[in-house]
Amino acid sequence: MDISSHDVLIIGGGGAGLRAAIAVAEVNPRLNVAVISKVYPMRSHTVSAEGGAAAVIKTGDTLDDHAYDTISGGDWLCDQDAVEAFVQEAPEELLRLEHWGCPWSRDPDGHIAVRAFGGMKKERTWFAADKTGFHMLHTLFQTTLKYTAIARYDEWFVTKLLVDDNRVQGVVAIEIMSGKIQAITAKAVILCTGGCGRVFPFTTNANIKNGDGMALAYRAGAPLKDMEFVQYHPTGLPFTGILITEAARAEGGYMLNKDGYRYLQDYNLGTPQPKPVLRSMELGPRDRLCQAFVKEMEKGRTIKGPYGDVVHLDVRHLGEKLINTKLPFVRELCLKYQNIDPVKELIPVRPVVHYMMGGVSTNIHGATPLAGLYAAGEVACVSINGANRLGSNSLPELLVFGARAGRAAAEFASTQKESNGIILSQALDETKRVEAQFLEKTGGRERIATLREEMQKAMENGAGIYRTHSSLAEAAAKLRELQERFPSITLDDRSRTFNTELTAAVELGFMLDVGEAIVQSALHRTESRGAHQRTDYPKRDDEKFLAHTLIYRNADGSTHGDYLPVTITRWPPGERVYGQPAQAAQAKGG
Amino acid sequence: MAETIKLEVTRYAPERHQAPTSQSFEVPYRKDWVVLDALNYIKDNLDGSLSYRWSCRMGICGSCGMMVNGEPKLTCATFLSKYAPGPVRVEPLRYFPVVRDLIIEMTDFMAKLRSVKPWIIREEEKPLSEGEYLQTPEQLDTYKQFSMCINCMLCYAACPVYGLDPLFSGPAAIALAQRYNLDSRDQGAEERMGILSQHAGIWGCTFVGECTRVCPKHVDPAGAIQQYKLTAAKEWFKSLLMPWGAK
Ligand SMILES: Cc1cc2nc3c(=O)[nH]c(=O)nc-3n(C[C@H](O)[C@H](O)[C@H](O)COP(=O)(O)OP(=O)(O)OC[C@H]3O[C@@H](n4cnc5c(N)ncnc54)[C@H](O)[C@@H]3O)c2cc1C
Ligand code: SF4
Ligand code: FES
Repeated sequence: MDISSHDVLIIGGGGAGLRAAIAVAEVNPRLNVAVISKVYPMRSHTVSAEGGAAAVIKTGDTLDDHAYDTISGGDWLCDQDAVEAFVQEAPEELLRLEHWGCPWSRDPDGHIAVRAFGGMKKERTWFAADKTGFHMLHTLFQTTLKYTAIARYDEWFVTKLLVDDNRVQGVVAIEIMSGKIQAITAKAVILCTGGCGRVFPFTTNANIKNGDGMALAYRAGAPLKDMEFVQYHPTGLPFTGILITEAARAEGGYMLNKDGYRYLQDYNLGTPQPKPVLRSMELGPRDRLCQAFVKEMEKGRTIKGPYGDVVHLDVRHLGEKLINTKLPFVRELCLKYQNIDPVKELIPVRPVVHYMMGGVSTNIHGATPLAGLYAAGEVACVSINGANRLGSNSLPELLVFGARAGRAAAEFASTQKESNGIILSQALDETKRVEAQFLEKTGGRERIATLREEMQKAMENGAGIYRTHSSLAEAAAKLRELQERFPSITLDDRSRTFNTELTAAVELGFMLDVGEAIVQSALHRTESRGAHQRTDYPKRDDEKFLAHTLIYRNADGSTHGDYLPVTITRWPPGERVYGQPAQAAQAKGG
Repeated sequence: MAETIKLEVTRYAPERHQAPTSQSFEVPYRKDWVVLDALNYIKDNLDGSLSYRWSCRMGICGSCGMMVNGEPKLTCATFLSKYAPGPVRVEPLRYFPVVRDLIIEMTDFMAKLRSVKPWIIREEEKPLSEGEYLQTPEQLDTYKQFSMCINCMLCYAACPVYGLDPLFSGPAAIALAQRYNLDSRDQGAEERMGILSQHAGIWGCTFVGECTRVCPKHVDPAGAIQQYKLTAAKEWFKSLLMPWGAK
């Protein structure tokens, strides 16, 4: 078997992975660092982020304000020491990107421009037009090209972490182009594999977001944290899941049910006005809008479409001129990817899965409880996002914690010896498994697409916007059944050359594990907080659940859980309020 | 009966085929389906062995470029309805070596991107504590267009010069060089000029402008090449006027 070795191996070439790679190269240029990614790095899903990246830079804004917005937005489930480190380091990280050439949008005098964003009380969101993630990722990627110390494995797919002596010592990976399966050993491994939106049927997440890193860590014995917290966005296009930005509502778009009625008025979100009012009706918080959608559906007042129920987003009354100047990207997306013209037509929308708050449990240096294993970005849970992430906090998180994990892993790797030979026999076993289970398998008749669809449906029905004990228990049973059917899947494709059916099969296996972790964590959290809403336990319960869920996978595939207290430094838990009461409370408290 | 449309898709697996062939598939025809949706339908329901690259399905990751009825296209941004009643011919991007089905080899493209040194080059870096480099919206505008490239390679599949001479740096790489050259924060233009004018390719470009026409992101690589040639010509002319013996 071929084998290669590095000091630090980074899995994932998105924002978090590339930032980590540069951090390693800068801490210790003698270290041999490599980035492995199942797609070319600039294809990573960071590329799709539109809105922006939050960091305090303007006078009148303070780090404490950013921290408070983050913590209250996260319904007090954020670790406050992590949030403090995050808000402190975010500005210098975004500045560093500026020095590397990121084309941030500017004020007329040449300084960085910032914009307002949902849940942020001050304007602090840096942006590069409406393609922020695209520009950040390309800037990072192009900058890594300068560092000859950074090796790359482009289009290599990791199937397993190699663990021996309670320490992660490398990975097994498939070179997709040739089908070669080999071991890559390393003294430290950083997971930067992104989120897992594809576990659900409707998502803004790309085809590559399958929770690979979460499953890799989980199978290796590391705990996943707060997996029950999955963020929905209220306005995604059905079928494609393409995101229609909040700006469409901020400009005055209406949400209509099948009778053309602005239904949000029935859900304690204010009274309809012709013009948009902050924090009211269409501009209420994301989670409340998603919840209202479900209630409307239950009342039979949504519209049946070819891809399930939808409501309508109506921007027609804004007129072609305003739409073209203020919402050009919305029109472009609708026209180019859904064949609908919002100037003349209603936009069908529905809540779509957008972001994973939970992930591989790490400390504030990006270290997991498993020696030699680090994680950063959407795959990780530090946690700064708590029960609900604020828009525009994720991109700076990639940089701050990517850099932190890179530095910590570099330090750890500098003190370790080469990995031992034992893991090579493990690697050989894994190669045999992949070959026997997929490439050379005879018999079996399950199709990947069938299992995947059933899984996605079970997740949406059982662990969607609203959950109950029975919906979750049903999803858990269904996932068990799918786990049992998984070994009978059969591949049409037995070629070694660029076999994307093989990678899809391994991804499906990852998603089933991640789905189970989400459902089990949600089943055990008998309260409602942020994105986790239990109709059978509608209240937040700080007595019992001001704590992070940790879920572990046992060797036999069963799970066990544990709770970890939330770190509170300066902001004791309070109410998370919106609309009129929020303004009143603010006026009172100053 | 629901409407359908026929796709004629290139198939090639080096273990089994001497040369690429074409295979027909009948897929549902829907107004909101793009070519990529039809490929996904095939893979999920008809033949799991069909191989192609894709990820974002929103025209930003740059993975899904293919030839559709002979034109380089992002398949996630190309509706089936454009080709109704069909058939729709889907082939791998032209001028690149084919690896498998609709997948081309792109390591050469990646090397070309790197060769133009696409990063900020400065004699002296200012410390972070001194804040950002100021850049007015007008300064940003001078290079903005060239920074929009998603590396989809459609322009290479449209470039007759690249078709004849694979050593040519090509439209996207030259646009990328120009993206940094025109950035007010950068001082590396001269270094990059040396690299690009080494190879004759750039002089072979006759400005047919096919690259700009097919670019889905309005990058205008042809414009970048033109600017480049102009600067290079000026440099060359200046060198003619230099007194002999001087450096
Ligand atoms: C449509 C959209 C808009 C968004 N807008 C914003 C915004 O405006 N502001 C904001 O802050 N956040 C936004 N987000 C969230 C944010 O973009 C993501 O959370 C973030 O980009 C994730 O980055 P990452 O580096 O963790 O992972 P990714 O960029 O997803 O990269 C993951 C990497 O891991 C690799 N990988 C995965 N599995 C494997 C494997 N098995 N083997 C090898 N490699 C593997 C992939 O190839 C890829 O390189 C948005 C998200 C979406 C979907
Ligand atoms: S210049 Fe345009 S066509 Fe060429 S790679 Fe870039 S985005 Fe694609
Ligand atoms: S799939 Fe990303 S550009 Fe088409």
